[in-house]
Amino acid sequence: MLVRVTDEAIDPGELATRFYSRHPDAAVATFAGFVRDFNDEGHVDSLYLECYVEMATRILNDLGNTAAQRFGLRAWQIVHRHGEMETEDPIVFVATSADHRGEAFAACEFVMDTLKTDAPFWKREHSGDQGQWVTVKAVDKDRRERWSTEGLDQ
Amino acid sequence: MTITVKFFSLIREAVETEQLVLELNENLTTVEALKNELGLRGEAWKEALSHPNLIQAVNQRVVFQEEGINDGDEVAFFPPMTGG
Repeated sequence: MLVRVTDEAIDPGELATRFYSRHPDAAVATFAGFVRDFNDEGHVDSLYLECYVEMATRILNDLGNTAAQRFGLRAWQIVHRHGEMETEDPIVFVATSADHRGEAFAACEFVMDTLKTDAPFWKREHSGDQGQWVTVKAVDKDRRERWSTEGLDQ
Repeated sequence: MTITVKFFSLIREAVETEQLVLELNENLTTVEALKNELGLRGEAWKEALSHPNLIQAVNQRVVFQEEGINDGDEVAFFPPMTGG
């Protein structure tokens, strides 16, 4: 399955191993994101990640296909968790395979930078009995923006 | 016509609603008109749906508020996304 949006726990190690065995291409890049235990204001106990599942599935499919075309990928996979999570739980897994490492790395980064601002997920961090919706960070906007001009000739 | 309207995150909390199924007057043809109509439900609705960073989607595609809506459409309102 190329895209999976799930409220069940994901195992990036198992996902990576399966991807490697199915796609033993010249260059495979993988990325895994985990729930952090801190934010700008201090400690974070847990995370609720709200999701518009049908739209997220569609957006991530479009994103994977765009990455495949732009970077000439042989294969790709995106798995994204939603719902209630504890710190250190895996949130997201991305794998890209290509003929050369440059394209595999770039595509993996492109997918992550784009899904953070374009896929319908919303983080709410909890600390003690306080909860707070996470706002979009300038660095995430900047990282998303750079792909609108970078790598077009690849 | 009948449409489904979904609300997420801050917007869902502000209007205390996850989803509505609405029977709309045939002359209500755009997302902007739908926002104005929903705004009549109260100050919380009006404020949430006039937020400058509000994003709207029709049938799971992000659109401008001038986008048309048709029978059977699914419209969603939400704040900027923070996945990953």
